[in-house]
Amino acid sequence: MTLKTEQYVINIGPQHPSTHGVFRFRLTLDGEVITDVEPIFGYLHRGMEKIAEGRNYTKNIPLTDRLDYLSSMINNHAYCMAVENLMGVKVPERAEYIRVIMSELQRIASHLAGIGFFLNDIGAFMTPLLYMFREREKIVELFDMVCGQRLNYNYMRFGGVSMDLPRDFLPALNKLLGQLPGYVDEYDKLISTNEIALVRAKGVGILPRELAINASAAGPVLRGSGVRWDLRKDQPYSIYERFEFDIPTGETGDTYDRYIVRLEEIRQSVRILKQAVSQLPEGETLAKVSKLVRPPAGSETYAAVEGPKGELGFFVASDGTENPYRWHVRAPSLINLTVIREMLLGWKVADLMAIFGSIDIVMGEVDR
Amino acid sequence: MKNLDFIPVSRRIIERFGEGSVAADDKRLMVHREHLADIALFLKEDPDLSLDYLNSITGIDHKTHFTVVYHLTSLAKKHRLTFRTDLDDRNTPSLPSVTSVWRGADFQEREIFDLMGIEFTGHPNLKRIFLWEGFPGYPLRKDWVNRDA
Repeated sequence: MTLKTEQYVINIGPQHPSTHGVFRFRLTLDGEVITDVEPIFGYLHRGMEKIAEGRNYTKNIPLTDRLDYLSSMINNHAYCMAVENLMGVKVPERAEYIRVIMSELQRIASHLAGIGFFLNDIGAFMTPLLYMFREREKIVELFDMVCGQRLNYNYMRFGGVSMDLPRDFLPALNKLLGQLPGYVDEYDKLISTNEIALVRAKGVGILPRELAINASAAGPVLRGSGVRWDLRKDQPYSIYERFEFDIPTGETGDTYDRYIVRLEEIRQSVRILKQAVSQLPEGETLAKVSKLVRPPAGSETYAAVEGPKGELGFFVASDGTENPYRWHVRAPSLINLTVIREMLLGWKVADLMAIFGSIDIVMGEVDR
Repeated sequence: MKNLDFIPVSRRIIERFGEGSVAADDKRLMVHREHLADIALFLKEDPDLSLDYLNSITGIDHKTHFTVVYHLTSLAKKHRLTFRTDLDDRNTPSLPSVTSVWRGADFQEREIFDLMGIEFTGHPNLKRIFLWEGFPGYPLRKDWVNRDA
């Protein structure tokens, strides 16, 4: 006997705990099965690209902090690289190492939050999230030590970083690097083979390899689908070619693969950090750059880094004044959402939380 | 990763699509808007170029005209290419959509439509993405005046 059903439309969000800020799904459902999806955003749109045109280059660094606020350091890095390209500034060795140390710490912190929220979304409630925040807190304390901020660090400058590392920093970092692998093993044991997590994640929300590339997916979403692509290796920037690390990839592109890629990337970041700390040279941390940056008129650049969510790029065009003529962000969180419809079709409402959580987005970057 | 040189690429495009489809010097590759969709498909499917990954699309308002800049990467060949298209019509600017070539263009074209008012013909769902329907004007245009400020 077939049941006669009628499709209906339901909104999830904007203020739903699983929508990570303000994001709305307009779902068409047949019973519990998703038959159509329309993602709706813009609730957090601050017109950042327009604001940036009215401020000078240096004053735009804090704006980048407020994009993906879980990876402010990496945003700083990408934007500073773009302006350094325009100005032809050479960053001192020590500053490059400090930048890598901050970026990798930030990647770990972001992935911890990403995994924690993902598990929270699929109903593990608070326990794993609090575990992840235990370690994230230690990283935040390190950031607090170098720049006096716990969020929105505004630490990097054109030509280096704003301050050298304080004396207590390296011992604290070394202590954390000693603890982190143990913590990751703990998560592995707690979650990766947990029967409920497996049922909720394995085979769910598959993003096929070809579609992932075609839709410009990036970061763990792309690598989860089996594409070995990481800008740190494939388009080395800063000093990443000096470090040994692997690029973890998934096989099927399901929710579980994206989780595993993130977990493995934490291990790889610890590897990079250990090498960076052992090679850290003495010297200057800020090149001489004039206070008022004026790149040559007509110059433009696109600088991209591998953020925790994927390729984060800054397109900056100059007209020779102290304000950028055009300031555009290639935001991985926004572009990773392009295929959310295909990933959700045919799944149930409860799976939506798992699939959406596994993409790991930050609305501040989606809307800008 | 290397950036492809513009002149050899432009020669290949001219071979295929004829004079006037593209112009290049050592700094930039300008694609004529009428050929944009065909050239995009060619750039993606040509085995030597195989630019299968669209990094970013950016719209720029130059006051007299608009420029739309496309950043592409080939994941297999590990090279990059940047090309651009100029639009002289400020009143009804429109470009062919490349969504059918790279799905990743979907939200980015909607973003440019929303904030700069450039229409992308052939886009499957071209409507405002960040601002609400009926928002007056296009904020990223240089002549846009913020009435609240």
